[in-house]
Amino acid sequence: MSILESVRLAFRALAANKLRAALTMLGIIIGVGAVIALMSVGEGVSLYITTQFQGIGTNLLFVFPGTLDQGGMPGMSTATAELTNGDAEALRDPIRAPDVAAVSPQVLCSAVVATGSRNTAAQVIGVTSGFAEVRNWFPEMGEFIDQEDLNSRARVAVLGRTVVEDLFPDNPYPLEQTVKINGVPFRVIGVMEEKGGSEFGDVDNRVLVPLTTAQTRLFPSRSRSGEYLVSLIMVKAVSEDRMEAASEQIATILRERHGIAFADEDDFSIVSQSDILNVFGQITSVLTIFLGAIAGISLLVGGIGIMNIMLVSVTERTREIGLRKAVGARRRDILWQFLIEAMTLSLVGGIVGIGVGVLGAEVISVLIEDFRAVVSPQAVLLATTFSAAVGLFFGIYPARRASLLNPIDALRYE
Amino acid sequence: MASSVIELQDITKVYQMGQVKVHALRGVSLEVERGEMLAVMGPSGSGKSTLMNIIGCLDQPSSGTYLLEGKDVGRLNDDQLAAIRNRKIGFVFQTFNLLARTSAFENVMLPLIYAGVGRAERRERARRALEVVGLVDRMEHAPTELSGGEQQRVAIARALVNDPAIILADEPTGNLDSKSGAEVMAVLQRLNRERGLTVVLVTHDPTIARHTQRIVHLHDGRITRNEMVAEPLLAAGGEGV
Repeated sequence: MSILESVRLAFRALAANKLRAALTMLGIIIGVGAVIALMSVGEGVSLYITTQFQGIGTNLLFVFPGTLDQGGMPGMSTATAELTNGDAEALRDPIRAPDVAAVSPQVLCSAVVATGSRNTAAQVIGVTSGFAEVRNWFPEMGEFIDQEDLNSRARVAVLGRTVVEDLFPDNPYPLEQTVKINGVPFRVIGVMEEKGGSEFGDVDNRVLVPLTTAQTRLFPSRSRSGEYLVSLIMVKAVSEDRMEAASEQIATILRERHGIAFADEDDFSIVSQSDILNVFGQITSVLTIFLGAIAGISLLVGGIGIMNIMLVSVTERTREIGLRKAVGARRRDILWQFLIEAMTLSLVGGIVGIGVGVLGAEVISVLIEDFRAVVSPQAVLLATTFSAAVGLFFGIYPARRASLLNPIDALRYE
Repeated sequence: MASSVIELQDITKVYQMGQVKVHALRGVSLEVERGEMLAVMGPSGSGKSTLMNIIGCLDQPSSGTYLLEGKDVGRLNDDQLAAIRNRKIGFVFQTFNLLARTSAFENVMLPLIYAGVGRAERRERARRALEVVGLVDRMEHAPTELSGGEQQRVAIARALVNDPAIILADEPTGNLDSKSGAEVMAVLQRLNRERGLTVVLVTHDPTIARHTQRIVHLHDGRITRNEMVAEPLLAAGGEGV
């Protein structure tokens, strides 16, 4: 019997019990749909993170105080090690660090930012004038912090879009207005362009102030030797392929300045953008696998449903099997008949499930702002293959049982 | 020898039923000539079903040899037996055993599918077989839309569609009223007479048995009597279909 004929036979047998076939398929539909929808969400998360990072520029290095735990998050330093203004200055040495193009030391802290009537919690960052260029982020209106502001420790601030919206709902460009950061009044000199979400939370919910002002007036903290501390130093390498060299030059300078002996470990960490991406990539791929596995379980349950219904079907059709054998069906004819029936159930269910999954991914994309679930061809292929495999695996036992029936007993079966 | 379709030599069949051995056949020897029509009779438990299964290659003897058209079929494997059943034997069952929700036409085609016959030829041969039993005009009907006698005639068409060496009919009239039964017997007689088909009938009804040329009486797994029927009864109603 040809495959085509077997498939036609399978469709007819399933059509004879439409409700039962539909309910059995439902298990596979839900399983495949869940696999595709959830894996799409995982893919979407990972794509989301990647695109957020790409806006920063690819030739950035982040220098954090302390060592990072293996696979830990950047910025969560373990040690009490410190980075200072002096460290940042030292990295500007064009002879010892020729591959460093720009250096931007920063002080990060959360603070309450207030006007007379409103207040909001925002991240306040003390920056130098090089920040805008290093981060590729510029004022939409007004000025950025310049060297004079730094020298004079001026109480000036550049606001992110979210902060403006929170504090000045009626005025999109509140230049020359006064905001109080932790009670200290600052003059608004600029509004940054909108960036959208990013790797460290909402970029637009930020207030930029001169580094020196932050270190002296807002968050004064000094090292044991009396130097002002910075939270991190962002370094822009001259080009993407000089990242390694720049990283080594930074390490050499900082090890020397921190007096670290030859065999000892660094008390700082240099992380490139791709390092951070890798960490997030690991997290999202674990997430994707985890979601896929959960969905896979429902596919497995669907497969058990197929096996169950196929066993019932074999019992119900014992006489038919007996007759087919009597008129010349071989074991493998019967085996294929029932196997193809099981696989038809699972494959048709799988195809419908792909549609349901894609639809589910769309719905999630619509429901969650700024997020797009990505239906990858791999997920579709995986789900289809898996559903066919489920049909094959759970179909084999009932089909084998059918094929081994003794025709005499089968014909006599009531 | 050459004209013997079935040649059974000292066939025995022993079943193991739990602890007990059941001797269903205790040495049966039987020859059936080509073109013969005979009946196997016996009370229930006499072994006639077992004999039927062995002749139909659904079962294999415990000992003895079975030559079907001169070929020993006693030691064949499952698939080879399936092929023999497909090409050499046409079954007619008491309960018809037609596939439900499947047209008469497609029911008749079933053996040809397993014989690997192409689609066009299958249709042609199934049509001719239905012509023989006089049901061409009803061939698109499902079994539930046919009377018992018509269903059994479809089953006969299915049995002869692959030009078998023998037709094995197990109580073919057992589920039919006497008029339909007569029709079915008439078809079988006509096939035997006009096409020279060998027909082996299993029945417990002496009247049905008398429609054949020879009656083999089976009792306790042995042939007790081999009775030639001097003047076989002619089933009525067969000529009309």
